[in-house]
Amino acid sequence: MVQEEGRQITVRILRGEGVKTQEVEYQVAVEPGWVVLDVVLHIQARMAPDLAVRWNCKAAKCGSCSAEVNGKPRLMCKTRLDDLDLTKPVVVHPIKTFPRIKDLVTDVSWNFEVNKKIQPFTPKKDAAFIYFQEDIDRVQEMRKCIECFLCQNVCHVLRNREQYQRFVGPRFFVRLAGLEMHPLDDADRLKQIEEDGIFLCNITKCCTHVCPEDIHITDNAIIPLKERVIDKSYSFWNWVLQPFSSK
Amino acid sequence: MSDYDPIDFDVLVVGAGGAGLRAAIEASARGLKTGLVCKSLLGKAHTVMAEGGVAAALANVDKDDNWQVHFRDTMLGGKMMNNWRMAMLHAKEAPEAVYELERWGAAFDRTEDGRILQRAFGGHKYKRLAHVGDRTGLEMIRTLQDRGVHQGIEVFMECTITHLLTDDGRVTGAFGYWRESGRFIVFRARAVVLATGGIGKMYRITSNSWEYTADGHALAYQAGAELIDMEFVQFHPTGMVWPPGVRGILVTEAVRGEGGLLRNSLNERFMQKYDPERLELSTRDLVSKSIYREVQEGRGTPHGGVWLDVSHLPADQVIKKLPSMYHQFKDLADVDITRSPMEVGPTMHYVMGGIQVDAETGASTVPGLLAAGECAGGMHGANRLGGNSLSDLLVFGKRAGAGAAEFARANSGKAGFDPEQVRKAERELLSVFEAAQGESPYDVQMTLQELMQNNVGIIREGSRLQLAIDELKKLRARAAHLCVEGSRLYNPGWHLGWDLRNMLTIAEIVARCALQREESRGAHTRLDFENTDKTKWEKLTSFARKRDGQLEIGTSSKGEMPPELKSLFA
Ligand SMILES: Cc1cc2nc3c(=O)[nH]c(=O)nc-3n(C[C@H](O)[C@H](O)[C@H](O)COP(=O)(O)OP(=O)(O)OC[C@H]3O[C@@H](n4cnc5c(N)ncnc54)[C@H](O)[C@@H]3O)c2cc1C
Ligand code: SF4
Ligand code: SF4
Ligand code: FES
Repeated sequence: MVQEEGRQITVRILRGEGVKTQEVEYQVAVEPGWVVLDVVLHIQARMAPDLAVRWNCKAAKCGSCSAEVNGKPRLMCKTRLDDLDLTKPVVVHPIKTFPRIKDLVTDVSWNFEVNKKIQPFTPKKDAAFIYFQEDIDRVQEMRKCIECFLCQNVCHVLRNREQYQRFVGPRFFVRLAGLEMHPLDDADRLKQIEEDGIFLCNITKCCTHVCPEDIHITDNAIIPLKERVIDKSYSFWNWVLQPFSSK
Repeated sequence: MSDYDPIDFDVLVVGAGGAGLRAAIEASARGLKTGLVCKSLLGKAHTVMAEGGVAAALANVDKDDNWQVHFRDTMLGGKMMNNWRMAMLHAKEAPEAVYELERWGAAFDRTEDGRILQRAFGGHKYKRLAHVGDRTGLEMIRTLQDRGVHQGIEVFMECTITHLLTDDGRVTGAFGYWRESGRFIVFRARAVVLATGGIGKMYRITSNSWEYTADGHALAYQAGAELIDMEFVQFHPTGMVWPPGVRGILVTEAVRGEGGLLRNSLNERFMQKYDPERLELSTRDLVSKSIYREVQEGRGTPHGGVWLDVSHLPADQVIKKLPSMYHQFKDLADVDITRSPMEVGPTMHYVMGGIQVDAETGASTVPGLLAAGECAGGMHGANRLGGNSLSDLLVFGKRAGAGAAEFARANSGKAGFDPEQVRKAERELLSVFEAAQGESPYDVQMTLQELMQNNVGIIREGSRLQLAIDELKKLRARAAHLCVEGSRLYNPGWHLGWDLRNMLTIAEIVARCALQREESRGAHTRLDFENTDKTKWEKLTSFARKRDGQLEIGTSSKGEMPPELKSLFA
């Protein structure tokens, strides 16, 4: 345990490499307005120079600093100390769903592999690129995603049932929705969306609750995508059955 | 121990921000095997943080806009220090670069008639910045990232390049480490493009992230390339000042573009004194100096800033056009910007200086080495206009990608290097683990930041610059005796220890170039030389390079503009 002068708080960080981990306690003198990331970087600079943590923007724009603070999945740079109960230790753990590398850093590379499989934006031939704000309000909502992977972290399909092969997770339904809803996109991803496991989602909305960008992941991405997939299969059956019904 | 199999590429791009991604897309679209290396995860580079927009004379909102006006604004903003060829290519090609991004899926905010909307920004005569609310950089990096990974570019994330490898004066590869495992990695390439961004982490108050440690500048310098304009460091007028944890975080210029007003503690719109015509939308150098002056003369806010106010605008408009600023202040400072003013002050933001490049191809002065984006110099002269960086990344990223592809094609024989270079690089990186005791890299960095902030900041003076140069020498001595705890596995202390070398090398160059330029111009203000010198210094560019192992600083004369461009300033 390491101690400092000044207004003290106690912080416990889960440290260690791979599966060998333990909480380490630090007493830290804090300044007004600090967020959890300030504390972690302060500990790194003063007490634990090899403490591994990811961050870049410190302003909730890059999605690097995801962690579980007092058991809640959060961006550390957006979590004010003032909003936590400082009479108890502040407990900082890495996000749980992905394999731990060291301290607060996890291996999120699976997400980047998933992304490669999504068919990118494919505009209609000779599209004039005239469209209106109301056509893209929803698309822009989806494109706000900062890839913090907090939604991936809380989704039980990935967290407990580990369906990495059959389920791309809420982040990528958000991406797929952004593509499908683009007024000029011409690709058909519905079959892929079904194969990506959209029906494994049972609308618990945990993902929506943790999204730091306030994307309505379930209501505005997943449910509309499910509807599109269902509509499409109905219209397929209608088409197949048509000759019989017309007789 | 250094029997690595080098990984072979035609073109290796170092840096995955807007410039690096655009360069890699171009090289790979031209059929070359392309690798892309970055220190963070893909999509987390500085470009993701850009807020306000990308400047291009689309003339969607103001019909009179065209490339000549954009060119003129850029040169005037840069106090005529810009490489005029770059400024011209940039103004001409930015519109197509923005439309290309749109064709690749970027969804910009729209005009009433369904085209890309543009907003006002400081120093731009017309409404010129294409944007997506205040998260334009995110839109840009995601669009490029998705385009890039689907084009077969091989990406090496969380991998830091520490050395360029050379063969007889030509760059032929790069050496670095994986942040995760601490293992080393060697690349062999026919051409290397540097797109590593800026140098902000040598200052205490900055909008920049841990990544901005002047790596590309230092790599190029060590390889013998020339750096130019290094005295020009941009302080953005509006960073957050309170609470302490957020000090320096950027408040986008879009706040003023959308109608935000600046006031001092006496409630005066002080920009009326300093630039009565352009007011809040004056250029950044001028607004920063004005704020500095107001605070110095006792008209600052409680925490040493000034007020920036949008509370006179309709609340729903503020939330729609500046959503991330709204949340940033609400979440981090308990301020509802639709009701109360923001407290802001200057923050180190951008470096205009950088690797000297050929405007057409991005080639540096060393064969096989190219550069684009913030780490390249020349485009922005003595002061960058807001929005001109994102467009710079697209225009010159593409050009450098093409330049690298051509160079690689023309030099298709095997690229090699002496393996001793690899062994030396390894020894240099590992020596810190051998020291039983020594300085903490974090302590040395804090001293450096304090030194640069106080002596090589917004307002400069010969004696203080000299002091900084002397102190930097001591700091370099301290940095030669670092001690690092822990293993090679994801060890930020070890990483910083190396980054420090780069920062110390480039900090000295910034200070020396600032001492050399005996005038005030754009972002470079000298108390002991307050005037802008139109006869001598207007015609000179500062350069820095390594000759016979020593730092050499000097000036070279600027090329003349052709008459048709000159006439734009008549
Ligand atoms: C908060 C903020 C807001 C801004 N807003 C605007 C705006 O509205 N409009 C505008 O035009 N400009 C804006 N700017 C400026 C602009 O965002 C940057 O200048 C620009 O994004 C730099 O892009 P780049 O491609 O040169 O570098 P970056 O995007 O910074 O990318 C640098 C890359 O290099 C990599 N790298 C660095 N060193 C190494 C190494 N040693 N080995 C391997 N990889 C390395 C990094 O990991 C990263 O991937 C803003 C800047 C900030 C900080
Ligand atoms: S709503 Fe669906 S995607 Fe979201 S957390 Fe629940 S199961 Fe996962
Ligand atoms: S959708 Fe929201 S929670 Fe999920 S990765 Fe994107 S920003 Fe994070
Ligand atoms: S550091 Fe960028 S989101 Fe927290």
